[in-house]
Amino acid sequence: MESPEAARLSAEDISPSSNGPKAEPMLLDDDPDDLFAEATEEVSLDSPERQPILSDGPSPVITPVTPVMISSRADVFDRSPDQDEDEEENRDTFDIQISVSDPEKVGKDVCDSLSLCLQTSLSIFSRDEVCVKRRFSDFLGLHSKLASKYMHMGYIVPPAPEKSIVGMTKVKVGKEDLSSVEFVEKRRSALERYLLRTVKHPALLKDPDVLQFLESSELPRAVSTQALSGAGILRMVNKAADAVNKMTIKMNESDAWFEEKQQQFENLDVQLRKLHASVESLVCHRKELSVNTASFAKSAAMLGNSEDHTALSRALSQLAEVEEKIDQLHQDQACADFYLISELLGDYVRLITAVKGVFDQRMKTWAKCQDAQVMLQRKREAEAKLQHANKPDKLQQAKDEIREWEGKVQQGERDFEQISKNIRREVGRFEKDRVKDFRVVIIKYLESLVHTQQQMIKYWEAFLPEAKAIA
Amino acid sequence: MTSISEDIDLNNDASLVIDIPDALCERDKVKFTVHTKTTLSSFQKPEYSVQRQHEDFIWLHDTIVETEEYAGLIIPPAPPKPDFEGPREKMHKLGEGESSMTKEEYAKMKQELEKTVQVHEVFLQRLSSHPMFRKDRNFQIFLEYDQDLTVRRKNAKEMFGGFFKNMVKSADEVLISGVKEVDEFFEQEKNFLLDYSSKIKDATAKAEKMTRSHKNVADDYNHISGALNNTAADNNTAFKKHLEKCAEVFEKLRKVEDRMASDQELKLTELLRYYTRDIQAAKDLLYRRARALADYENSNKALDKARLKGKDVAQAEENQKQCLQKFDKLSESGKKELTSFKARRVVAFRKNLIEMTELEIKHAKNSVSLLQGSIEILKSN
Repeated sequence: MESPEAARLSAEDISPSSNGPKAEPMLLDDDPDDLFAEATEEVSLDSPERQPILSDGPSPVITPVTPVMISSRADVFDRSPDQDEDEEENRDTFDIQISVSDPEKVGKDVCDSLSLCLQTSLSIFSRDEVCVKRRFSDFLGLHSKLASKYMHMGYIVPPAPEKSIVGMTKVKVGKEDLSSVEFVEKRRSALERYLLRTVKHPALLKDPDVLQFLESSELPRAVSTQALSGAGILRMVNKAADAVNKMTIKMNESDAWFEEKQQQFENLDVQLRKLHASVESLVCHRKELSVNTASFAKSAAMLGNSEDHTALSRALSQLAEVEEKIDQLHQDQACADFYLISELLGDYVRLITAVKGVFDQRMKTWAKCQDAQVMLQRKREAEAKLQHANKPDKLQQAKDEIREWEGKVQQGERDFEQISKNIRREVGRFEKDRVKDFRVVIIKYLESLVHTQQQMIKYWEAFLPEAKAIA
Repeated sequence: MTSISEDIDLNNDASLVIDIPDALCERDKVKFTVHTKTTLSSFQKPEYSVQRQHEDFIWLHDTIVETEEYAGLIIPPAPPKPDFEGPREKMHKLGEGESSMTKEEYAKMKQELEKTVQVHEVFLQRLSSHPMFRKDRNFQIFLEYDQDLTVRRKNAKEMFGGFFKNMVKSADEVLISGVKEVDEFFEQEKNFLLDYSSKIKDATAKAEKMTRSHKNVADDYNHISGALNNTAADNNTAFKKHLEKCAEVFEKLRKVEDRMASDQELKLTELLRYYTRDIQAAKDLLYRRARALADYENSNKALDKARLKGKDVAQAEENQKQCLQKFDKLSESGKKELTSFKARRVVAFRKNLIEMTELEIKHAKNSVSLLQGSIEILKSN
């Protein structure tokens, strides 16, 4: 994860797109999940592995977005997961830099429109450098789309930043209302981290929605997603199952792995929340320390003015100056506390929720599979009954239904296998990233502490002769 | 670690040396061991070691305040009551066998003890180094008497008198500022003390808040260390070691930060606190002098009236003479006291500011080397 500073590009030499963000966001702010709840179901049947089956069916008339999605996905998923692993090995040469900047106020929201600048040498992008404008709701929309497309397959989709500033301490110092300045920076930084995390995911990086989000000067209206739902349902209903070998679901030994991992994530969730709370407390107290130091500095200056012994008076004034400088150090350190550690921990707490969600998806998939099996059994029983009933059309229908449900059972088993495989891979990637992120961040943080202390030494060493000069 | 007393040139005189080598914190009381070494003939033995409670110090202070003879002197401020709120509850529970003190609570208690010993010690040393106070009868009893002083203290009149004195003090400022001052020295002192006292009170309060925040930050490092250790438990070996190492770093940081905050408190906050009280004692002196001046002026008026009436003139003359004598005496000794007070204050501030700065530098350097060492280890892992 890049720190805000490192990831930032000066957008001056990149001409931003002339068109501002387009039309009204379609109520995505309020309940993004709702719009896509249905979409999840249909899109699962659209899953790329079943691409060959779909191509027979009628392609519904939808806005241009959809076909783009499907064709590109075919690209991505024709490759075996192993190829993805290789890609991950090469991630050290991962060359993509994203910066989110120029927050603009739109209406009541102080940080709604932002510039998004991308610099990369990766070939999937059409240009080396792009700069576009996006609304906060666009980010949320992107996440919704990705969640609906990938979560059910076991991919850990990075969560989008929250709308509210929960857990942020507001400190008013002086005339400035720092809380809105801090809010803007918090959101800007969160959006940047969100995008970086998203493109670090090898599958998501190639997703056309992501590419479009990063590159297109204008995003299409979100209204298309509604149409997608309808078409998806249509496809599901028209489905005809293939006759495939019966497969009985075995409880794979790998289940122990899942059980173990789920428990681990439960524990990690608790631990990270606790750690996060401690760090938030540190941020809060350091901000208080900064405020109190500034307050003391003023008081010491007043005392110095009142002091009638000249040399002591001067020394007290200088003490006040040192304390003022130290106050600034505390403020900077509090920022480091916050942006380096606290926000990262917050991100991980949310990521773990996504991970747990993915485990849930697997269980849903398994349940679906079980349901299909139950249904198949029933159809077989029904057919058996009709064997002796001498109703040839009904018998034929029953046989057809059996075939249909056999196909569904197969599909369910494949889905289950696929999601299990994906989750294993995703969890492996997650663990690696988690360890790497933490190692990197803790060193950066300790270095920030070193810097603060070194500055303190400088300030106090400058003050020492002043104190000694009191005569 | 040097105490404020050294700056005030106390304990230089070997004829009467006092220190508090030990203090015991029992359930709700602190018992100070007051150790005296003396070559003065007024004492029966050359060395004493007695147990005293905070209330004994207050009794001693109050008797001195109420001694007419000392009206022209700055009375060393009474030490504040030991503040053991939190730890006190814990000690209670300990006695009842309930809970045990954590390392942190114990450390906090030790810090409080350090502070309170220092301030009680300085009080005694101010007395012992002053030519007049050291000869005080009650002071000697305080140092010598090997029994409990409780009975002596329970003198209700003295206690009530003390309380009354405190109430009256708040009228000080009005009287002091209302005085038509002829003497340039006292005019300046009055203006200075009135302004300075409010400023130093404010600085003390702000320093207290700053120190408290600093301690909170140290506490947070402690919690972070604990949380990191919890997280370490569930990980594979390599990362686990890494996390444990990080937890260790934060634990060490906590110790340094805590020590930084304590030293700042002892050198800066305690210094300011002490001189806030000392300034008040100086103001009390001005107040007594102002009262004496008012008495003198009244006696003048009374004399005029008596002369007019032709009655009790001799008595009025005598009264006036005495009032003038008292006022002059207060002015003379007051001037000496206030001058030496300024010198004392400057020396104390200098010493403490230097020591505080040197300690800040030392602790910061410790932090840097601790952090850099840890960064190396973590990078190489």
